[in-house]
Formats: sequence, structure tokens, C-alpha cells
Amino acid sequence: MSALPWIQHLVIVPVLLPLIVGALLIPINQTRYGLKFALGIGSGLLLWVVSVALLLMADGEHWPAGIGVYLASNWAAPFGIALVVDRLTAMMLVLTSTIALAVLVFSARRWDRVGVSFHSLFQFMLMGLNGAFLTHDLFNLFVFFEVMLAASYGLVLHGYNLRRIQAGMQYIAVNLVASLLFLIGVSLIYTASGTLNIADLAGRAPALGAQDAWLLQIGATVMALAFLTKGAMWPLGFWLPTTYASASAPVGAMLVLMTKVGVYAVLRVWLAVFGAEAGGMSHFGLAALTAGGMATLLFGAIGMLSSQDGGRMAGFAAIISSGTLMAVIGHSGTAVLAAGLYYLLGSTLAMAAFMLLIELTERIRPPGSAMLALTMEAFAVEDKPEDPVGVGIPGTFTFLGLSFVVCALVISGMPPLAGFVAKFSLFHALLAASPEAVPWTTWLLIALMVVGGLAAIIALMRLGVRIFWASGVVKSPPLQVTEAASIGGLVALCMALTVQSGAVFDFLGRTTEGLLRSQDYPQRVLGEQPVQRVPQTEVPR
Amino acid sequence: MEITLAISIGIVFGSGIWLILRPRTFQLITGLLLMSYAVNLFIFAMGRLAVDKPPITPSLPIDPTQFADPLPQALVLTAIVIGFATTALFLVMMIGARGLSGSDHVNGEEPRP
Repeated sequence: MSALPWIQHLVIVPVLLPLIVGALLIPINQTRYGLKFALGIGSGLLLWVVSVALLLMADGEHWPAGIGVYLASNWAAPFGIALVVDRLTAMMLVLTSTIALAVLVFSARRWDRVGVSFHSLFQFMLMGLNGAFLTHDLFNLFVFFEVMLAASYGLVLHGYNLRRIQAGMQYIAVNLVASLLFLIGVSLIYTASGTLNIADLAGRAPALGAQDAWLLQIGATVMALAFLTKGAMWPLGFWLPTTYASASAPVGAMLVLMTKVGVYAVLRVWLAVFGAEAGGMSHFGLAALTAGGMATLLFGAIGMLSSQDGGRMAGFAAIISSGTLMAVIGHSGTAVLAAGLYYLLGSTLAMAAFMLLIELTERIRPPGSAMLALTMEAFAVEDKPEDPVGVGIPGTFTFLGLSFVVCALVISGMPPLAGFVAKFSLFHALLAASPEAVPWTTWLLIALMVVGGLAAIIALMRLGVRIFWASGVVKSPPLQVTEAASIGGLVALCMALTVQSGAVFDFLGRTTEGLLRSQDYPQRVLGEQPVQRVPQTEVPR
Repeated sequence: MEITLAISIGIVFGSGIWLILRPRTFQLITGLLLMSYAVNLFIFAMGRLAVDKPPITPSLPIDPTQFADPLPQALVLTAIVIGFATTALFLVMMIGARGLSGSDHVNGEEPRP
């Protein structure tokens, strides 16, 4: 009999549940949309509940040091695979399941019917995402990355057309090469340290000899290249805008989340292995990460200004957000990290809503008007809108317009919403981190973030004007209740994040404090004992 | 032995890089395959090269110097399976692209002269 309390098994549910549901969905006939949708959304809801429960457990006093360890197959840590839940993991799980729910609701009416196996692939992708957040073993991380990517290859091609295939070709080729880099990095780390468990690696890293430490650093760098390709650091993120622009709306929203996985993996490995306790290797490569992040920010800002259609713009917005996060991770410190995580939450939610919104706004414009708007801008054609005097704004327009404004405000970081709170606290934390003389790199980073915000607001304003004011359409576009509900929900969450920013920051403060106490992880993960089987008492004859 | 293996891995990987930079999808996928072979060999070599040493001990007592490291062998097995699956997936997509666009160029269209 197992002595493990049932509640401990919740840790592995975010991996197992989507796997089982995804597999169940495969044999169900394609035409039974209702059933497939019900299963998918049921799994999503259950995942959300489990994630919130894990968050409460990690934040409460349930586990010592706020770190929950689950030994898969009951093998002790460095030999088996350990799943670890801390506040950061739980937060990412909640974010994933929230966006997944919104996306599933959004696709209920249209998108899950345009191709085969949408729901199965979606569940497998959730499995990969959740697994990548949970696992504490580098090779297992690779496996979950591949699960996530394989599902995303299918999803990017969802609603098969030539444009998606062309974009998918680049996307898959780049990610296959990145996976190979990941493998090279992992094997180098193994040969240098003899372990793949992140906590064990963190414990061993300071004691390595000079040559092994050198190998470890090379391995970590090569592995980081793979992570940063997913996270779209310049110049590794060139594939991203094309892929985003051509993917269907629900898939685009999930891709936003995938770029955050890359950033999360870098954060997780770097804080554990190259933290303050790592001796000569502490803060290894952080300067490069900051520089790369800043280059990414600049690239995103320029790309944002130069793009015409909404999908590409969303792609570049995701690049700006990734760049900001990478640059921020490069600056260690509790307050900076907490503000960065707040930025991650806000920008991911807003960007997911924006991806969904873009698809709806395409319906406003009659076919061919995109071309028209482009030429109008290029040649400054005087257009003569026939002003319909006295026509009220239709309800759909109002909803889409207001949601667009909220997304634009959060993405560009303008007051009064979450984006502004995030950027303001980032500036504050960055400046407070070096009290006497602020280094020029910090000033540069702040300047770039302001420029990025400015570029975003200009580009989004232009897009908004073109969609809502200059489209010349008075007829309100068809809008399903489910689509409105999902976008409305995400937008409402962005606002709630702003209103409740005090509570959120308290939580993030605890999260980063826990993360920076990196000696807790080896202690908790390696100290976790497998469950002993209770010996069967001999039956007296 | 190490130097021979290192040079061969380098040649295979280098050929792969050259091939993935070529414009045709067949060259691309051949390049990816070569690169994944090279990476698999690389993982294998990371467990230190040894001749005639079993990875699993048949009997006690255990002397670690007499055995090859079993972990990279397990890793390489997983890596082969995953690499094989993703490459197969890519192949399917390439056939789709060929059918839809009528071109085997990686951009999905023939370059304009």
C-alpha cells in the first residue's frame, strides 16, 4: 500500500490528464464536435482547478519551503525523474490553463471544425507545456519540449492552406535544429557534471574542477540557445512573426504562451545552477542575456512599426515582451524579478486576447480592403468616406473596439492598466537595484523599454484607426457569444490584474524570494524519500 | 579512437549544416537527418568511449570501472525515437507542401529570376 497522501498525486495530474483526454479524443469521429468540445473543455476546467489547487498548496504551508516534490514511479531524486512545484511553476500552470480555457471556448464555434484532431493536438500541447513547467530533469524537459513542439507543428498547420504550409516549413525546420542544439547541450552538461537533475546539478556545480566547469558552461550556453530560439531572442526569433501571422487565431494565442516557456526554462536553469551560490560561475552569461534581450527589444520595436497586418504586429509584440523579460532576467534581484514576472502575466494575457481579437477584426473589413488600406497609406489617397450621419455604434463594434484598446494599453505599457504597473515597477526596481551609480546599461534598457512601448502604441493606434474608423463599414461583423466571452474574460483578467496588483505583487515577492533561496532546492528535491512499501504482515498459520 | 570519432561527428554535422542551407526540401531533410545522426553519436560519446564493456552488471560485486555508463545509451535511445518521429512529421508536411504549392523549394514557391 502506498503511504503517499492522495493530494500529493495532484502534482502529476497536469501531465496525465491532457494525455489521457487527448488519447481518448483520437478515436472519436470528427463530426461529433459537441462531444469533442465537451471533453476538451472538461479537461481544461479540471486542469484549471488542479492548477489553482497546486498554487494554493505551494503558497500555503502545505510543503516545506513552498516546494512540492513528486517522485515519478517512486524513484529517489537523482536516479528517477522528480517533478517540482513551487510558486513559479504553479503560477505558470494557472496561466496556461486560463489561456487554454479561453482559447478552447473561442474555438468552439468555428476553429475546431476546420481541420482534423484539433482537440487532441491541443491536449497534447497542454501536456507538453505543463510537463515543461513541472519537470526538474533536463532530459525530461527536452522530452516535454518535443511533445509540445510536435503538437504545435500540427496546430500551426491547422486549417491547411499554402500560407500556413510555407510558414510551418520554416517553423518546423528551425525548431528541429534547436532541438538538436538542446540535445548537444544536455549531453555536455551530463558529461561535465554526471547528472541531469537540475537540483542535483545546482548542488554539484560549485564543486566542479576547472575543466568540467568549462564544459558545463559550454553545455548550458548551447542549451540556452535552444531555449532562446523558442523564446525568440534576436537573431534567433526571425521565424516568429511569419508563423504567428499565418497561424489560426487560437493557435496563435497558444504560441504566445510557448515563447514564455523558453524564457521560463532559462530562468529556472539559470537561477538554480548559476545563482549566487555557484562560486566562480555565479551570474554566468547574464550580461549576454541582458544584451540579447535589449537587441530583441529593439528588433521587436522596429518590426512593430514596419508591419501592416495585425498578426505580424502581434508577433513583434511577443518579441518585445520576450526581449524585455530576457533583459530583466539578466538583472538579478528580488524586486526586479518580481516586476518581470508581473510583466509576464500581464503581457501574456493581453497578447493572447490580442491574437484572438485580430481574427475577429479581420471580419470587419470586406475582402480586399487590406490591400486598399495599404495603398491608401502609401500613396496618401484622399478617401471620401460617406459619413452615415446619426448611425449609432453597433454593439459588436463597441465590444471589439474597447477590447482592442485594453489590449493595446497593456501591450504598450500605457497607464492605467497592468502594462503600465509592470513597466513602472520594473523601472523602479531597476533603478533601486543600484543605489549609488546607475550603470549605463540600465539606462539603456529603460530607454529601450520606453521606445518599445512608444513603437507599440504608434503601431497599434495606426492599426486601430484603420480597423475601426477608416474601414468604412457600418454593418457590424458576425460575432459568436463564445468568442466574445473568451476575449471578454481575458480582458477582464488583465483589468483584475491591475486592480489586484498589490496582492499579486505580494505573491510574486514570495515567489522570487523562494526562487533566490536556491539552496532549498537540492535539499528538498534530493531529500525527498520514496514511499516505503509497508511489508505484508505474515499471516499466522 | 576519440579523435576519429570526433572528426567523423564533425564531418557528418558539417555536411548536415551545409545541406540545411540548401534551397530544396529534400536537401533540407537529408541535412536534418545527418545532423541528428551526428548528435546521437555525440550523446553516445559523452558517456566516455570504452571497448567491450557492458552497460549492465550481471553479478555482484559491482566495480564501476568495468562498466560503460548506461545513461547516455538510454538518452540516445530516446533521442533517436523522438528525432525519428519529428522528422517523419516534417516529411509528411513536405509532401503536403509539394502537393499544394507544386514546388519543392523551401519557401513554397520557385524563386523569381
